[in-house]
Amino acid sequence: MLNITNLKETVESIITNSALTHEQAMIALSDVPLSYVEFFETTNEFRELCEAGCLCRMAEGNVTYQPRYILPDYEKLMREGCKFLRLDPPKNLFEAIQTLEIFYRHVPSVTHYPVYLGSVDKLLEPFMDDENAYKLIKSFLIFLDRSIPDSYCHMNLGPEATRAGEMIVEIETELKNAIPSITLLYDPDITPDDFAEKCVICALNCAKPSFANHKMYRKLYDGAYGIASCYNALPIAGGSFTLSRVVLSRLAERAKDSEHFLEELLPRAVKELCGYIENKIEFLVEKSHFFKSNFLVQEGFVKVENFTGMFGVVGMNECVNTLMEKEHKSDRYGYSEDADQLAIRILEKLQECVNSFESKYCDCTEHHFPLHAQVGIDSDYDISPGARIAIGSELPLHQHLHHCAKVHHFFPSGVGDIFPFDETAKRNPDAILDLIKGGFKEGMQYFSTYSSDSDVIRITGYLVKKSDIAKLDNGIAVPQANAKWGGYYEVKNSKIYERKVRSLNGDR
Amino acid sequence: MAIVNKIIHSSVVDGPGNRAAVFLQKCNFKCSYCHNPETIGQCVQCGACVEKCPAKALSLKDGKIVWDEDKCCECDTCIHVCPHMSSPRVKDYTAEQIMEQIAPDLPYIRGITVSGGECTLQRDFLAELFLLAKQQGLSTLIDSNGSYDFSQDAELMNVCDGVMLDVKAFDCDAHKKLTGMSNEQVLKNAVYLAEHGKLEEIRTVIVPDQLPNEDTVFQITKLLKPYLDKKQIRYKIIAYRQFGVRSPYDQIFRTPSSNEMMKYKKIAEDNGFENIILI
Repeated sequence: MLNITNLKETVESIITNSALTHEQAMIALSDVPLSYVEFFETTNEFRELCEAGCLCRMAEGNVTYQPRYILPDYEKLMREGCKFLRLDPPKNLFEAIQTLEIFYRHVPSVTHYPVYLGSVDKLLEPFMDDENAYKLIKSFLIFLDRSIPDSYCHMNLGPEATRAGEMIVEIETELKNAIPSITLLYDPDITPDDFAEKCVICALNCAKPSFANHKMYRKLYDGAYGIASCYNALPIAGGSFTLSRVVLSRLAERAKDSEHFLEELLPRAVKELCGYIENKIEFLVEKSHFFKSNFLVQEGFVKVENFTGMFGVVGMNECVNTLMEKEHKSDRYGYSEDADQLAIRILEKLQECVNSFESKYCDCTEHHFPLHAQVGIDSDYDISPGARIAIGSELPLHQHLHHCAKVHHFFPSGVGDIFPFDETAKRNPDAILDLIKGGFKEGMQYFSTYSSDSDVIRITGYLVKKSDIAKLDNGIAVPQANAKWGGYYEVKNSKIYERKVRSLNGDR
Repeated sequence: MAIVNKIIHSSVVDGPGNRAAVFLQKCNFKCSYCHNPETIGQCVQCGACVEKCPAKALSLKDGKIVWDEDKCCECDTCIHVCPHMSSPRVKDYTAEQIMEQIAPDLPYIRGITVSGGECTLQRDFLAELFLLAKQQGLSTLIDSNGSYDFSQDAELMNVCDGVMLDVKAFDCDAHKKLTGMSNEQVLKNAVYLAEHGKLEEIRTVIVPDQLPNEDTVFQITKLLKPYLDKKQIRYKIIAYRQFGVRSPYDQIFRTPSSNEMMKYKKIAEDNGFENIILI
């Protein structure tokens, strides 16, 4: 396993790369040893499936020493302060913002940056009588963009309109930063149209906020939920221990036909992946330091029972098409009832197999691993995220939204689709809101948009600036870590710039 | 039954929100700047387009043109060669058939807009379609050149939520020169619709040096000013663009600069208009 020559080459490639900042190099180096050591056994079949690319450990290495996604209970922070960080409950807007800024610095994740910033509008609202509110919130948003150089960090707003929420959206529309990501927890019965429209205008200017179907998500967990990282719906005061994924398209290449896939290959792959996820969680909870000594646990900002393990899925589009080809059928995903029926059968089978595994942990999801429509990783080539229709094969707008509604509900721990519009949509934000309302009524869970003339765009689940990608193309470092690690390669490999832009007169 | 040039299932530019838009064939104006002149005439089944179609999507059967939608490559050769400013790519639909076509769109749209051509030329169809649309909870808008006397059609106005009215020129001679028709009815409609809270939008295309643009913008906003208290009227002031315009006008007309457009916006604002969109 330990090969000194490989280790040296890996380290050298990091420390000589001029397109990395110091911090990006340091974090990359810290991840290196984790791919050289193992702390629990894996089966031969699991390793074989990983090497063939059918299963994937999501760059976590063989071990994690912190949960992948942490959603701290920020309301508790505002109410009680934090002993470890010697923070008293804030009494005004300046202190509230400073408390959050300090606390964020100490919330780990798979990227080592916080992936959940809380429902910031609600956290700040009690202090909004401050006459300097605009100035303070603007500098807070600039601070986040420059000090958390990673757009997996995610702020939530809504569903109610608040002064703080309105101000955040207004300032982001002006700043057009890639960080943080923002989601509006949207319920048309609670969120006023004028606030939702402001959010649409902001999204057309800088690709955020996205819209989460609050009516559906709030039923998922007993307590409150938040949207973290890309679009992961997870319990607050908890999160996700880990995320691993099955690459359906690669697994389908091994199948004789769809029955072979559904009855043999898929159940075996799911069993292997569930076993691996469970072992990883066991190590994280029982052995590593986080759940023993981290202040977030000790002070009750997170609780082990509020964490789950996410079972990621990618490549449905290619999987269905491959299986159809193997059966000499010309049906294509999204374009034929038979192909879509096969997708539903695969999802039902997946759900059944994953739910037949009982975890010792994951109390918040009844000891099961929720399915997650994983958005892909930078090395994916010809593998569409989750159950999305492939870029280049998009359906007419309404049909596409309808298709999303058919598959989204299989993915409680996160799913979403992206619909870029040309800039004429900015004149009629109501129209975008109509689409979101219709989609949510039909069962769609998460909607993202941006405008074709926006510098900030959504890659698959996170935001980058096109201007940063252009710099990286020329080997120039940019501060945002996931522009470097994810965005750059995904733009190159996943045809992000070719995503269908919905135009002036929509679709015929 | 109506002759339909096109159905658009999702439009963000034909009224408020996301709407289905239905474009009917035939117009009684012949505007020189029309960007889809192929919607003006009615097909006379002459067959001039059949031989020219590179995709062989057109044929003549029993003296009627048949269009094979699957073979069509949408190259527009047929409409360019048509001597009658028409298109063979049209279909006849009943109001029920249109509603069937847009049934899957219902969750995503707030309304339906019927445009043209000039849709009021197929008035019976329009009234029937709007009645059905209303039953589905859709709002109903007409996009019109204003030649139809709306004040005499209570049945239609009962099922129509509003009209988006072209005010192409305020001066009658200029209007005649551009469209071939007087604007007397257009201006009567503007007032009638505004009085009844059914003037959803007015629009004027600006063609520098060819039309009395300043006069049109000033006069129409002045005429409608008294009704703005009742309901603000959206004014779309549209810069002429060459796209789709037929020869020789495409060579004669020019697009106004954004500074010129700002001047017209200011005129409308000074007459009390608040919702002005420059396109």
